[in-house]
Amino acid sequence: MTNGDLEFFLDPSRCIGCQACVQACAECGTHRGQAMIHLEYVHRPTGVQTAPVVCMHCEDPTCARVCPADAIKQDDHGIVHSAAKPRCVACSNCVIACPFGVPKMKTELDLMMKCDMCYDRTSVGKKPMCATVCPSGALYYGRREDIAAMRRETPVNEFQFGRQTVRTKVNMMTAPDMRALPFEVLDFLPWEGKDFDPFELTRAGAPDVAASAVWEDFLPASEEAPARCGSHCQCHP
Amino acid sequence: MATLTIPEEKYIELYGPTPAHTPSGGWDNGEPDKLVKTHCCFCGVQCGIQLKVKDNKVTGFEPWEEFPVNQGKLCPKGVKRYLQNDHPDRLLTPLIRSEDGFRAAGWYEAMHKTAAAIKDIQAKHGKDAFAFLGGASMTNEKAYLNGKFARIALQTANIDYNGRLCMVSAGAANRMAFGVDRAANPWSDIPLAKVIILTGTNLAECFPILTDYVWRARDAGAKIIVIDPRITPIARTADLFLPVRPGRDSALANGILHVMIERGWTDEKFIAEHTHDFDKVRELVKRYTPEVTEKITGVPAASIIKAAEMWGPAETSMLLHARGIEHHTKGVENVLTYINLVLATGRIGKPGSGYGTITGQGNGQGGREHGQRCNQLPGGRDINKPEHREFIADFWGIPEPELPKQGLTACEIIDAIERGEIKGLLSISFNPLVSIPDSNRTRAALEKLEFFGCIDFFLSETARYADVVLAGSLQEEDEGTVTTGEGRCVRLRNSVSPPENARVDWKIICELAELLGKEKFFTYKNAGEIFTELTAASKGGPIDYSGMTYEKIEQNMGVFWPCPTPEHPGTPRLFEGGKFHHPDGKAKFHAYEYRPPAEDVDPEFPIFFTSGRVVSQYLSGTQTRRIGGLVDQYPEPLCEMHPLLAERLGIKDRDVVRVVTRRGDITLPAQVVKTIRPDTVFIPYHWAGKKAANQLTNRALDPISKIPEYKVCACRVEKVR
Repeated sequence: MTNGDLEFFLDPSRCIGCQACVQACAECGTHRGQAMIHLEYVHRPTGVQTAPVVCMHCEDPTCARVCPADAIKQDDHGIVHSAAKPRCVACSNCVIACPFGVPKMKTELDLMMKCDMCYDRTSVGKKPMCATVCPSGALYYGRREDIAAMRRETPVNEFQFGRQTVRTKVNMMTAPDMRALPFEVLDFLPWEGKDFDPFELTRAGAPDVAASAVWEDFLPASEEAPARCGSHCQCHP
Repeated sequence: MATLTIPEEKYIELYGPTPAHTPSGGWDNGEPDKLVKTHCCFCGVQCGIQLKVKDNKVTGFEPWEEFPVNQGKLCPKGVKRYLQNDHPDRLLTPLIRSEDGFRAAGWYEAMHKTAAAIKDIQAKHGKDAFAFLGGASMTNEKAYLNGKFARIALQTANIDYNGRLCMVSAGAANRMAFGVDRAANPWSDIPLAKVIILTGTNLAECFPILTDYVWRARDAGAKIIVIDPRITPIARTADLFLPVRPGRDSALANGILHVMIERGWTDEKFIAEHTHDFDKVRELVKRYTPEVTEKITGVPAASIIKAAEMWGPAETSMLLHARGIEHHTKGVENVLTYINLVLATGRIGKPGSGYGTITGQGNGQGGREHGQRCNQLPGGRDINKPEHREFIADFWGIPEPELPKQGLTACEIIDAIERGEIKGLLSISFNPLVSIPDSNRTRAALEKLEFFGCIDFFLSETARYADVVLAGSLQEEDEGTVTTGEGRCVRLRNSVSPPENARVDWKIICELAELLGKEKFFTYKNAGEIFTELTAASKGGPIDYSGMTYEKIEQNMGVFWPCPTPEHPGTPRLFEGGKFHHPDGKAKFHAYEYRPPAEDVDPEFPIFFTSGRVVSQYLSGTQTRRIGGLVDQYPEPLCEMHPLLAERLGIKDRDVVRVVTRRGDITLPAQVVKTIRPDTVFIPYHWAGKKAANQLTNRALDPISKIPEYKVCACRVEKVR
């Protein structure tokens, strides 16, 4: 089996932050316990959105271009590899230059290491570890026509960083070609933008606490003006 | 008196938990001898996985992409599960309590000591003074064997299992509504649904593989409604999020149904032909107007109406729930009120339409089917029904009067130990000191036992209190079957044999039965013979496996019960054609008025406390706190609280706080995040001792299911530093 027509697709909107990819990356044969994939919370204080980052494997890799030791090589399949240990001078040029923030300097090894798309697996027809295990489909490895049939989002592999255009082997799934989702989670949080008292139920006479008789205390008596479900409400004829 | 004989640090030094980071043989452990197609040892998805085996040790894993449920996908626990094998903490021989903690013992001494203690306690205090606690992480074979061992060898009524902390509210409600306790649909129906309600389920962290099923439905245009006090990862992209106040679930479901009825979104034909008692529900929910429901639940009326608008008229739908609505003193009522939403639409028993519960434990489904519960006999039979008792007594070859009656449930067994009524306990794969609420009382109970025997592969925090620890088997060291959360019975393969002087669990149980003089009932040569017996015992019962064999299960990558004959293909989807499992074939609505939790907030304890899981840990952490990568991912508990609450209390992110309830307190770092209700704090429960969230929780039980109220109690929070 060859996997010449299999591509990598990345969709952070599906990510659930479980770190299966991080744990699995460390298990790939040549990684020997080192995870190369990055998974970060975007901003944990306000939400649980996480973003997985694999090497985008640029057609013309900036990291290799800026390497003074010519330690970063791109193979015939277009895979950009970690720095070659005998050459890497641990200068971190690549770390600074990569527009996607992928390479990391492993100071304990004096070596830049990054995602190599599990070339030991992909070169023999297997999928990369991370994209095999990802439970949410945020990381997907397969045929372009298959993902087009399954997903609303569309893949993009050209990025504009100022004047630099970067074309990559890895695809980023972009917003679906449809109008925006009609609801926003934060719209349904009753405390957002309001004077919400976390202790409201502990005030004397507060509704619905174990000490009070639930219905008698706050249900509108039947003769009072009824609460309505909406414009079609027929609740209280 | 089973008190600890050495300091806690010493137990940790000797028996762990030690986080293991590298595989057996190191990262250069070479080509495996074989790849074994089996299943993950953790949650109820039971993902297919291939274990790498070399020199009788599990050295790594390879995804198993052909298994249809997960297709190679795994969560972080599944990825690292292989590290539990060849682990430095592994119990390699029986242990007997000594002045230095434990001493290694031979099997002869350990088994005879255990059997003698059982006989002695039962002779002095009666058969029921000795209890058995099992677990739902074990195979169907062991679940069946545990039940038979307790009834025939121990002759005690007091056998129960840790599924009592997990699946029993859902199970009881399913039996009451549908007449059978199983997910109504295979998970392959989820992507076909046009609207999905996920209520009280942190799906992405506790059942990560189903995330892809939900996302596939969303890709096809489905709307997702998530109901939870916290914005969990699955809630983040929901079309509608209802941030329910802890302990108010039944009111919310009643409120949604109120709007559905007012708008005419009920299937009156289905209701008339296939159900009972809708009139009572219709009458009840009249009071649950959106405004009233908002007052009770804290969910805005507009959101309640929107939920009804999305759910009511949908073409197809799935409703899934988990412990979030079940871990309550009204857990059964919560589940039944949500089932009302399903039955009212008639959308059940069809492709893309139905209902299911998310099972927490690896064999959360199968572990509750084959008779290791205090009120149940094999085949899902009822221990209180004369015809069921007679069938099983006859099948086992004992007189019916000798078959014990219904005994106590798991928490009640701990209570009875505390009261001094139960004097001896044998437990397998259960860590109640971490997992049962009010852990200070659990500890006091353990200290009162005259004899405590444990069968386990690691020394759990509970097992430190044991008189005898019998070194049992890990999941990969035995074979058998488990039944997943969708009702699919799958095959576990033997990957390796137990190391050194450890033994396979079922052989330990059988040998103990022999020492108790009941060897003729326990003559199994392998796990397959136990399976053959359990399928025969299930024949004609509510849970019928009698058409299953190991071979058939392997060939089909799992068989769904009921499977009553060898030719029967199994039953992935229940209730097709509106046929339910009550004798008259109809489903039942249940009208339950909302009632408050056992302990609600007040001026002294003004904040809701709720507990749950994180993705990198599993249950009481006996396994996952020993796996380095998983420990690193979320090393210790944090107290999640909203910035609005934190500000009132003068607390900043990572400040050390003390959370206090009427039962205990815990000191830990705060995690200040906007992903939780401002009136609620959350602590995950996987840790032991001073880090145990269950020091705080309330051991108040649901009157029907006897599940404790983990998901709501009252606390106060103080800044320490």
